[in-house]
Amino acid sequence: MKKLFSLALFLFSTTSHAALNVFACEPEWAALTQQLAGDKASFYTAAGALQDPHHIEARPSLIAKARRADLVVCTGAELEIAWLPVILRESGNNAIQPGSSGYFEAAQYVTMLEVPARLDRADGDVHAMGNPHIQTDARNFLPIAEALGKRLMRLDPANAAYYQQRLTEFNQQWRAAIAKWEQQAAPLKGVPVIVQHKGFPYLNNWLGLKEVAAIEPKPGMEPSAAHLSQVLGTLQQHPAKMVLRAAYQDARPSEWIAERAHISAVIVPYSVGGTPQATDLFTMFDDTIARLLAGLK
Amino acid sequence: MSKKTCLSAAIAALLFHSFNASAASDPDLQAIREQIQQLKQSYEQRIAQLEQRLQAAEATSKQAESVAAQAQANIRQVSAAQPAAASRSGENAFNPAISLILGGTYGSLKQDPAVPVTGFAMSANPGHEQGFNPGESELKISANIDADYRGEATLALDPAGGVSVENAYVQSSALGNGFNVKFGRYFSGLGYLNEQHAHAWDFVDQPLVYATLWENQLGEDGVQLKWLAPADTFIEVGGELGRGRGFPGSDRVKNGAGSSVLFAHIGDDIGIEHSWRVGVSLHKTRAADRISDAVPDLNEALVSNSFSGDSQTAGLDFVWKYAPNGNLRNRYVKLQGEYFRRKENGLLTYDIAAANVTDSFGVTQSGWYLQSVVQFMPRWRTGLRYDRLDPGIASVGATPGFNVISSYAFQPTRTSLMLDYSPSEYSRLRLQLAHDRSRQGLPDTQLFVQYIMSLGAHGAHQY
Repeated sequence: MKKLFSLALFLFSTTSHAALNVFACEPEWAALTQQLAGDKASFYTAAGALQDPHHIEARPSLIAKARRADLVVCTGAELEIAWLPVILRESGNNAIQPGSSGYFEAAQYVTMLEVPARLDRADGDVHAMGNPHIQTDARNFLPIAEALGKRLMRLDPANAAYYQQRLTEFNQQWRAAIAKWEQQAAPLKGVPVIVQHKGFPYLNNWLGLKEVAAIEPKPGMEPSAAHLSQVLGTLQQHPAKMVLRAAYQDARPSEWIAERAHISAVIVPYSVGGTPQATDLFTMFDDTIARLLAGLK
Repeated sequence: MSKKTCLSAAIAALLFHSFNASAASDPDLQAIREQIQQLKQSYEQRIAQLEQRLQAAEATSKQAESVAAQAQANIRQVSAAQPAAASRSGENAFNPAISLILGGTYGSLKQDPAVPVTGFAMSANPGHEQGFNPGESELKISANIDADYRGEATLALDPAGGVSVENAYVQSSALGNGFNVKFGRYFSGLGYLNEQHAHAWDFVDQPLVYATLWENQLGEDGVQLKWLAPADTFIEVGGELGRGRGFPGSDRVKNGAGSSVLFAHIGDDIGIEHSWRVGVSLHKTRAADRISDAVPDLNEALVSNSFSGDSQTAGLDFVWKYAPNGNLRNRYVKLQGEYFRRKENGLLTYDIAAANVTDSFGVTQSGWYLQSVVQFMPRWRTGLRYDRLDPGIASVGATPGFNVISSYAFQPTRTSLMLDYSPSEYSRLRLQLAHDRSRQGLPDTQLFVQYIMSLGAHGAHQY
């Protein structure tokens, strides 16, 4: 009986010490919220850094976590369209439905790139609102942090001063870090690269990498052998220095290309936890730039 | 304008001064000089004032020009943005999400699909289609109705040309606190597979236990209420009150509920790679004059029987999924199984066309399946499913007892092997081979080729 009771207690235990229950879709948003909310919030992340955020399932555990969330922080721009709507609906939690203050979409606060001029599935898995992989440009975190900080203050006014202070601190540190990263990444300017998935426009835009080709024939489509040889052909005309892939992507296509074209295959952490070195937002970019620079050699 | 007048006035004054100077006497001259001096000063003052005002006026006009230029630029921006805004306004602005599934199957069967599963002739027999048929096409329309309600309708396109309403329900989580209400026509929440639409099935057909006990899927007209516990583990309980429209109900016309369903689900993750869900369900309904045609009897004839009585079904279901690193995109394994057991008790009328004799009838039938689907590389999946049914032994009253088969001493089974390939998120091609031993003495090897294509909005899938 006692065991059963403690099990029930365990199952129903609420994290009462933390004011806010935050459900983050991707690790980078959990990390950002952590930066801004400190110990005033507890976190749950739906997608791991080694999981493709397009292809998460509306697992029972996710629905249970959303049920008790005060704030959902996601990328938006349709990145989570295949699973988040079901989770939100099934959660029976009306505090986190789209449109309510408990629902935060990061993509609303940055300038979207690759917004398609025409919407056609013949072009692959394109997103109507633009490329959703906004977290690869460090500069995007400034407006998002600003908006997220304000949202935290609105949801938890009692700790508003604390959030404001953390936001100011983050802003200062992040601006200094951006300056440092941009300086470190100077040799990457104009370097031609190929990418596995069209997931790097923000990174390229920031650091000035030049995308020569993509291994996926269309966004979200697996490359065929014929397409891979076509990419090799493109590489002969427009040689690239390296091939980029996100940590969660299948290694084989980019390694196949890298081996044949004698260029380096670079894994970009893409999110916090994508590589062992990327333990928070700062180290995520440290590691991204370190790996890109290593790819130059 | 005023500047010119002032200048000419000043010049005139000066001329006047020089003209008078020669003619007048000294004291007069002095007075006149003073007067002129005053005049001159006042004119100079006025001229300076006017010049200032002019400069100010010029500055304002410049400002006005720049404001006008900006306004023009704004107008240009606005007009550039106009087409997008316009396309989002008007009557079609709030169009719901529309998704069309185009599905089709080619079936090659050796046996007549109309022959029911042995021991389940009084159950549903959705069977299979032979040859080419556009079986699984459906049109789904969904949108938020307002802040509280969401509506969804699914129209199924029947191969014969008709349209049937598969789903048409309103869903609301306005109650909050983990409550979810659904009302209208929906797929019942019992079991694991029951709520899934045909395009999300992992095999061409439903497991035998679903085909015979639920006529593939139990659709209900009614109300569903679910509650999710505020726990870290997924614990959900739900209940439904329905019309009892689908098999095993018989759509009796009456007030009140014709069927009820209770279900509970528990689920969670184990680490980041494993997830699972277990469920129990209970379904109760009453059949009135539920007619089954072509039921074999002890005289080896096919007759039509009618059943009236209670039907109770209990079910167990589980699903377990595994993906390396939890990354479903590349590779995953899914294992699922369900068991249903149905008890029916009531009155059976044997051979309504001729003998037409009625007496008590009771039977407990059950069935289960176990299946596994493996995505062994991106886009490619294979699956294996085993089905087994137990027709049970019926207790039949004395009068029809001489004619009704009460025991078949045969357990229908089927093994299906599936391979599918998805060129993209929105398309899937499937090949399925089945070794069917569900009909005594009529073993069948079945081959199916299927396509499932999704157009338009691509809704999220359930677990």
